[in-house]
Amino acid sequence: MKPLTFTLRQRPDQRLDLSPLVPHLISGRTTAQIERIELQTTRRRVSVGDIFRLRIGDADRIRIEESCDRLDRIGYAMTGGEIFVDGDVGVQAGRLMAGGSMTVRGNTGPWAASGMKGGLLEILGATDAFLAAPLAGEMVGMRGGLVIVRGRAGERAGDRMRRGTIVIEGEAGAYAGSRMIAGSLIVGRKAGPLPGFLMKRGSIVLGDGCAVMSPTFVDCGYHELLAMRLWAGIVDPHSKKAAALLRRPLQRLAGDMAVLGKGEIFIGSRN
Amino acid sequence: MRVLTVKGVRIDNTFAEAFGMRATALTITADTARWARQAAVTMTGFATSVIGCGCEAGIDCELTVKQTPDRRPGVRVLVFATSTAELQRQLQTRVAQCVLTSPGSACYAGIEGEEALKLGNALRYFGDGWQVSKRFGAKHFWRIPVMDGEFVCEATAAVTKRAVGGGNLIIIGRTSQTTRAAAEAAAAAIARVPDVIAPFPGGIARSGSKVGSKYKGVPASTNDAYCPTLRGAVKTSLDADAGSVLEIVIDGLTSEAVAAAMRAGIAAIVKLGPKRGAMRISAGNYGGKLGPHHYHLRDLLP
Repeated sequence: MKPLTFTLRQRPDQRLDLSPLVPHLISGRTTAQIERIELQTTRRRVSVGDIFRLRIGDADRIRIEESCDRLDRIGYAMTGGEIFVDGDVGVQAGRLMAGGSMTVRGNTGPWAASGMKGGLLEILGATDAFLAAPLAGEMVGMRGGLVIVRGRAGERAGDRMRRGTIVIEGEAGAYAGSRMIAGSLIVGRKAGPLPGFLMKRGSIVLGDGCAVMSPTFVDCGYHELLAMRLWAGIVDPHSKKAAALLRRPLQRLAGDMAVLGKGEIFIGSRN
Repeated sequence: MRVLTVKGVRIDNTFAEAFGMRATALTITADTARWARQAAVTMTGFATSVIGCGCEAGIDCELTVKQTPDRRPGVRVLVFATSTAELQRQLQTRVAQCVLTSPGSACYAGIEGEEALKLGNALRYFGDGWQVSKRFGAKHFWRIPVMDGEFVCEATAAVTKRAVGGGNLIIIGRTSQTTRAAAEAAAAAIARVPDVIAPFPGGIARSGSKVGSKYKGVPASTNDAYCPTLRGAVKTSLDADAGSVLEIVIDGLTSEAVAAAMRAGIAAIVKLGPKRGAMRISAGNYGGKLGPHHYHLRDLLP
């Protein structure tokens, strides 16, 4: 069966909240019901029918075409099924996602995968700041699942993450893995200043070092650890680059000693 | 008793009586096959019988680098006990003392199942606070810092309640040499059957036992009915030409695996023939009332 396809007619004149357009909320609804779903974020009402051309299909496989950066909260709390977005998306893509898979063929705004609990989010372009991070006032960021970013990530990727894996194949901005509680973060290329800032536990792997390393991380030498090989085996189907990085000898730095100090940063080459 | 003869080997019309057990499987890996084997051999030492060892354990098979989670050479080990609590106790102490200590080793669950035994979840405390928990995909591991790097251990191992312990073959020959040859052939054939172990030394027991004793507090004693030197003195099960008896005890993860192992063992003994090997095969039972699993030898002929 063909996917259920939403094609954007034109760039909307306000930001839209696409959180109702997830498989578990859409399935079983008629075309007319779907077209009446409201998406506005201002007082001006906008429904699905106003803004998208709908091609009916399997609600477990949703396609959003001609997407733009004003479409926010795509895949919000999705529990299963599949979402494919062709184009850029706005803020909080895949926020609180618990299952299923979502692919964005484009760039995302900030807070992609925010508080994610499970499933797979793949971003083929770049992502803005606060990847997988909590919103203001929340205690915990990502707590499960897998995020793959093929391009670069903005500042504070993996902020306060608790569990799960993030793979950024490109560069990362400042404070990658800041305040990490646990979990695993891989940055394929160079990270900005102070990665792992105030991290308690968890693992960060930097393929090409970072701009400035915090003095509160202590050198533990070069190692080829078995756990990295296991990790490489899990990551390999999703990112060959990340898997190859994990199979190299890595320098281990323990920290952040300014807090608990049970975290670790692995560096792929001397910087 | 009606006796069947296959290629000159007499096969008693009797059955082996076996019991339900709790079991688990582990995959032990190391940098080389030699060290994976070493860890497995050490861990399954002193594990021949639940009567005196707490569990019965052995090596099921060796694993190639393609069959292990970390792509290193490995060995699959099976552990059987009479209760889940005892299995947990044995698993914990044996992995802690014998696998954790072995150079370059890692330890993973070898079967899937719903009920879990603590593996890394029990051993992690050795890390004294420096242990690291990692979830990769659906699996949960513990990384415990040790003097040669890190000991990686899966958090839990599954337990199966479908396991069977006590499948057996009694091998009777004219001399100790020919009986041993038959038992060795059977043990080698059984070692190739998946999901089973023969826990006794080299797979073979020479001191089969009966339940009880004339002495108070001794749970098992020599199986006098099969002792050739007592042939005239006791109610014997041996014929006049029997000079030596050996037994193979088989534990399996499933009843089908135990039956397959017994079938492979009988086939190997029959193939060797009565001149070079054993002249008679029997099996041990308790009258059929104690164990729920009965393996009739006539159903397992080659």
